[in-house]
Amino acid sequence: MTSELASFAFPHRHLLGIEGLSPDDITALLDRSEVYIEQNRQANKTQSLLRGRTIMNLFFEPSTRTSTSFELAGKRLGADVITMPVQSSSVSKGETLIDTAMTLNAMHPDVLIVRHSESGAVQLLSEKVDCAVINAGDGMHEHPTQALLDALTIRLRKSRIQGLTVAICGDVAHSRVARSNIQLLNIMGARVRVVAPRTLLPAAIDRLGVEVFHDMKEGLKDVDIVMMLRLQLERMQGSFVPSLREYFHFFGLDYQKLEAAKPDALIMHPGPMNRGVEIDTEVADDINRSVIQQQVEMGVAVRMAVLEALGRTPRNIAPAR
Amino acid sequence: MTTRTLFTNARLLDPATGLDKKGELLSVDGMIAEIGEKLACQDAEIVDCGGHCLAPGLVDMRVQLREPGDEYQESMESGGQAAAAGGVTTMVALPNTDPVIDELALVEFIARRSRDVGLTRIRTYAAATKGLAGKNLTEMGLLAAHGAVGFTDGLVAVADAVVMRRALSYATNFDLLLIQHPEEPRLAAGGAATSGEIATRLGLPSITPVAEVMMIERDLRLVETTGARYHAAHVSTAAAIDAIRGAKARHLAVTCDTAPHYFALNETALGDYRTFAKVSPPLRSEDDRRAVVAGLADGTIDAIASDHAPQDQESKRLPYTSAGAGIVGLETMLTLALELYHAGHVKLLTVLGALSRRPAEILRLPAGKLEAGLPADLVIFDLDRPWKINVADFHSKCRNSPFDGRPVQGAVLRTVVAGRTIYAAS
Repeated sequence: MTSELASFAFPHRHLLGIEGLSPDDITALLDRSEVYIEQNRQANKTQSLLRGRTIMNLFFEPSTRTSTSFELAGKRLGADVITMPVQSSSVSKGETLIDTAMTLNAMHPDVLIVRHSESGAVQLLSEKVDCAVINAGDGMHEHPTQALLDALTIRLRKSRIQGLTVAICGDVAHSRVARSNIQLLNIMGARVRVVAPRTLLPAAIDRLGVEVFHDMKEGLKDVDIVMMLRLQLERMQGSFVPSLREYFHFFGLDYQKLEAAKPDALIMHPGPMNRGVEIDTEVADDINRSVIQQQVEMGVAVRMAVLEALGRTPRNIAPAR
Repeated sequence: MTTRTLFTNARLLDPATGLDKKGELLSVDGMIAEIGEKLACQDAEIVDCGGHCLAPGLVDMRVQLREPGDEYQESMESGGQAAAAGGVTTMVALPNTDPVIDELALVEFIARRSRDVGLTRIRTYAAATKGLAGKNLTEMGLLAAHGAVGFTDGLVAVADAVVMRRALSYATNFDLLLIQHPEEPRLAAGGAATSGEIATRLGLPSITPVAEVMMIERDLRLVETTGARYHAAHVSTAAAIDAIRGAKARHLAVTCDTAPHYFALNETALGDYRTFAKVSPPLRSEDDRRAVVAGLADGTIDAIASDHAPQDQESKRLPYTSAGAGIVGLETMLTLALELYHAGHVKLLTVLGALSRRPAEILRLPAGKLEAGLPADLVIFDLDRPWKINVADFHSKCRNSPFDGRPVQGAVLRTVVAGRTIYAAS
């Protein structure tokens, strides 16, 4: 264990996004995560690496799976984990954000895990506290641990990331998962495509290093990985797509569209799924193709690696970022 | 008692006549009396300009002074000091105060406060529609008679085409000026950055740059049918500038301004969510920035206005989308505009004209020229002096400037209103 720890270098104070990470940083986190996959499958899942450390889960936006995943990850490393339900004030969310950050900071947490509905909010908060901050999703910006768990899932199943072709399909415009994945997959040498109707693609998305498709069969042709995104149902009101029926017809993943992909292509989804909207139920549950449940398992392992990387350094001697 | 002030040893710069030569200027009782190479005057106070530039004081046609209503952010007094330090001798306030400037009494209030403060002259626009609500016209004729220099809904567009057509049509009765915030509000709703790579990377809700030209093109049609005088505020996109260039070629009574941040910055200034770079309309692409510079160089863009928008810490220390928009610009407008000259993009007299002569002409104010009989509203500045912008030195109550630390060239030495020095650099 000691030698493994010594080799695990992660030269960052916070994890605010995938942007800014090097291939070595990512590889180190994924390598470390693999150790935890094994640990999590044992009867005794808990160790004492982070004993005495305090981790606060601060979710300004409702979330079950991500906050639970982080909570489990922290507990399995022996840390004290508190999940704070935060009611964001309707008057001034930001004031609450900074005030909350300062208040929590005074309680001396070692790691803050933060989700917020506004892009950049987690970074802003990280500037006001002196503990490590992990971005658990900020607006439409980044969700780095999701991209890491996706990468871990891919690496376990395909034993590599470099050279694979990955199609990210659906509501790219509003998706932090898509942005983090585009960054990570590019850093690790994969070929990335996005497939979506034009209303669900942000401007100049091609500048982020992706090939753009508006047709599922073309976009999925010979891909190794099909990554579906959740269509947030409130997008209906904004006329981004005319109906769920039409969306599923053209952009929902079913067996027919999947034929274009490689025969061993994996199907991924960050969850929670809208069955029959972006993904056909049978495809989602296909044990040969779908790795959606595995993604959830990888989530805990990856978050343990991230917490280890950022939580080991005691806060009072944390190097300046 | 007659007050005489003689400004000697000056490089006289007059954008109205193209004058650029060594000389002297005599002010008598607050008015420009004489301009010449060597003036004979016995009992005048002498101001030695040290060979530096003497030009008409700046006329800033777009500022927010937050008084009445939000004096904790800015006031006539603090805004007046900021303006004086920036070489501004006349500024025109937007009506988006609390209460909104849509009543005669409020227009008179501004005039009275301006006299009481006694620094930079403060004029005001009145709201084009009651309460800036975009529905019912204000008493434009009466408001103008009481001193409103133009009509605008400030930070929001007059979006309803029917209301805009009637406002323009009605304004022609009194030959009044309508100033539009040119942005299609539905396209701009909720947006925080111009659409493009930067907004996409940062995951910010974006505004298509087309929102600007769309509103201008609609308005130009209405201007064409009504014959009204129309001014587009803070133009920021190549397409909008092209549309105005075309309208001017068709001899429509159309003018426009831009703000220093639209030629001194582009969207990359957003960096990692730097809320000090959040403005409305948002900072644009480099192509648009270059188009703004070209528009200033060829005169399509008539004026440079600071778009001074004080925002306190609490409004800016927020996630980007929630943060308030705006930059405090009064104290940096001249030096940022001089970058255009120092970089060789725009002639010096054109830059100065955009800062004084043109806005004065558009607003029909007795300013912007070195001409006998006009008020002696002057700025003396060192064209070349290098310095670094430091927000801690600002006179404004707020510090929201993305230009903090920027090395610049050209500094205000003295600001004179009606022959009286209201600011002298230490």
